[in-house]
Amino acid sequence: MGTRFGLFVAAACLATATAAAGQSTPKPPANDDCLACHGDATAKRDDGRSIAVDAKFFEASTHGPMACVDCHADLATLNEFPHAGKLAKVECGSCHDAIKSKYRDSIHAYAKEKAGLVVAPACADCHGKHDVKPHTDPASRVYHTRVPETCGSCHAGIKEHFDTSVHAVALRKGDSRAPACADCHTAHTIQRADTDKWRLEVTAECGSCHAQVVDSFRSTFHGKVTELGFTRVASCADCHGGHDIRRASDPASTVSKAQLVKTCGKCHQGANEQFVKYDPHPNPRDYKRSAVLWWANRFYWVLIPGCFGFFGLHSALWYWRSKKDGGRS
Amino acid sequence: MTLAVLDSRLPRVETPPAAKDAGRQDIAVDHPVYLARFGRATRWLHVVIMVTFLGLSATGMPLLFSEAPWARPLAGLFGGFRGAGLVHRFFGAALLGAVAWHVMNVCYRAFVRGERGLFWGPTSMVPQPRDAADLYGHVKWFLGFGARPRFEHFAYWEKFDYWAVLWGTGLMGAAGLVLWFPVAASRILPGWMFNVALFVHGAEAALAIGFIFVVHFFNGHLRPGKFPMDLVIFTGSVAVDELRHERAGEFERLRAAGAIETLSTAAPKPALLRRARLAGTAGLVLGLGLVALILYAIAQ
Repeated sequence: MGTRFGLFVAAACLATATAAAGQSTPKPPANDDCLACHGDATAKRDDGRSIAVDAKFFEASTHGPMACVDCHADLATLNEFPHAGKLAKVECGSCHDAIKSKYRDSIHAYAKEKAGLVVAPACADCHGKHDVKPHTDPASRVYHTRVPETCGSCHAGIKEHFDTSVHAVALRKGDSRAPACADCHTAHTIQRADTDKWRLEVTAECGSCHAQVVDSFRSTFHGKVTELGFTRVASCADCHGGHDIRRASDPASTVSKAQLVKTCGKCHQGANEQFVKYDPHPNPRDYKRSAVLWWANRFYWVLIPGCFGFFGLHSALWYWRSKKDGGRS
Repeated sequence: MTLAVLDSRLPRVETPPAAKDAGRQDIAVDHPVYLARFGRATRWLHVVIMVTFLGLSATGMPLLFSEAPWARPLAGLFGGFRGAGLVHRFFGAALLGAVAWHVMNVCYRAFVRGERGLFWGPTSMVPQPRDAADLYGHVKWFLGFGARPRFEHFAYWEKFDYWAVLWGTGLMGAAGLVLWFPVAASRILPGWMFNVALFVHGAEAALAIGFIFVVHFFNGHLRPGKFPMDLVIFTGSVAVDELRHERAGEFERLRAAGAIETLSTAAPKPALLRRARLAGTAGLVLGLGLVALILYAIAQ
């Protein structure tokens, strides 16, 4: 908004000045004016880099109806062409300001703007430049099933792991419910994944699909301690892995029968075959899962209400009798 | 101010007109007469159980009610989850030790010293037919269909408390040890027993906390006849009139056996009473505070 207002003021001043000099008001260049040079597929700048813009792609993009100078705003007031090579950065936030403020909280913005990591991504690195498409368009670089490919263009090693996961397999089959990167990491507010805060909060992301699994986890010591804000005990990724999550039936899975002793042993040194018969996701109401737990649950469901019911009534009657007797008994 | 109120509630033996009560002529009635009820060891056992139980509740509740808004601050009071865990294990070990000592002491008294009446009879903690009759008679009295039962040394609700603590400590102690040393426990138990241990530890805890801080508090301390607290477990002695009113069965048995004189003791000294009131008040306030937290968590 500020930028736009500034430009407006600048344009207004310029207009006044040129009018006073008796010249015609400069008109912002139309897209066709730009394409007169940039429409040539072989157009290059001095250093040999291409400056070509494919009008077909741009017109098909979600920004197709807009003018070039809506984004390349510093050219709106120029009337000498060809213009200088160095342009102001395109400010996506001048329209998408809510997303901009999210991005500014992310690790990507921190890397780019504070840590000076020039390879860290800004908008165009994920969304593309002139061919920006809405994330609902299957051709978009940020379409659900294409997100891993886009993130993987930098995070290639992670993508390699992710591609073996049950989530990636489902995504490749076109299952729109399967999570891609942004479903756990968010699209714009991406955080460091090695902080306690992130490790504790990501459980809720797993739970947004695996609600019952996370509920059962919350009933365990692991689940309760992590709920209190401590990462010393296991949460989802510590056992299942982060990116290469596989089905328990897959022998390569960290939670497969073959690997459980090793996985539990990461924290519980000396864990053995007997130890790993522990159920990290117990359900006391599921008789088939554990008959003993089911019976224990039943037992306390009788004992606790029974005790409180009996002695509650006992106490109430005693109170009533004592009051009647003048409080002596 | 609280203490002033408590002071006015102190058990005092009024001097009854002796002529009206021929049965009282054999005991001195011109000053309060106290009878010994609990020895030093028993009183200290109660204090240790009180302190460890409160400590175990306060450090365990953040896990049992991990979703409650007070869970983190309460754990934070003990230095976070690790501090609370350490305190919990310390108190757990202390309570197990105290109960183990008690069991060994009872065995010693019964089998080495040959003390009689520990496992059966009027002064025994073991439930017996008399207790069923007392419960029946008590409820009848509640409803106005009979006289108050003539209770003996331990009434049925006191026996229930005793066995609940013994059973609860054994069960929760065993489950707690399994959870404390899971790898060692897995040499004897399959891993799914950890699930059972955690469930039982939590369910039994909920039962014990609710029972002690509500039912035991009411029966032992807060009911109109005792309000705000019965100090006998701290001072060790009971006013003879109070015993006679509360436990007519025991009083009659003692008098018939001529034991009133041998059991009679000096009234508790003011310093002891002060300490007793302080301990009792602290226990009641902390216990009821924890109950309030649980009710808040359940209401959420």
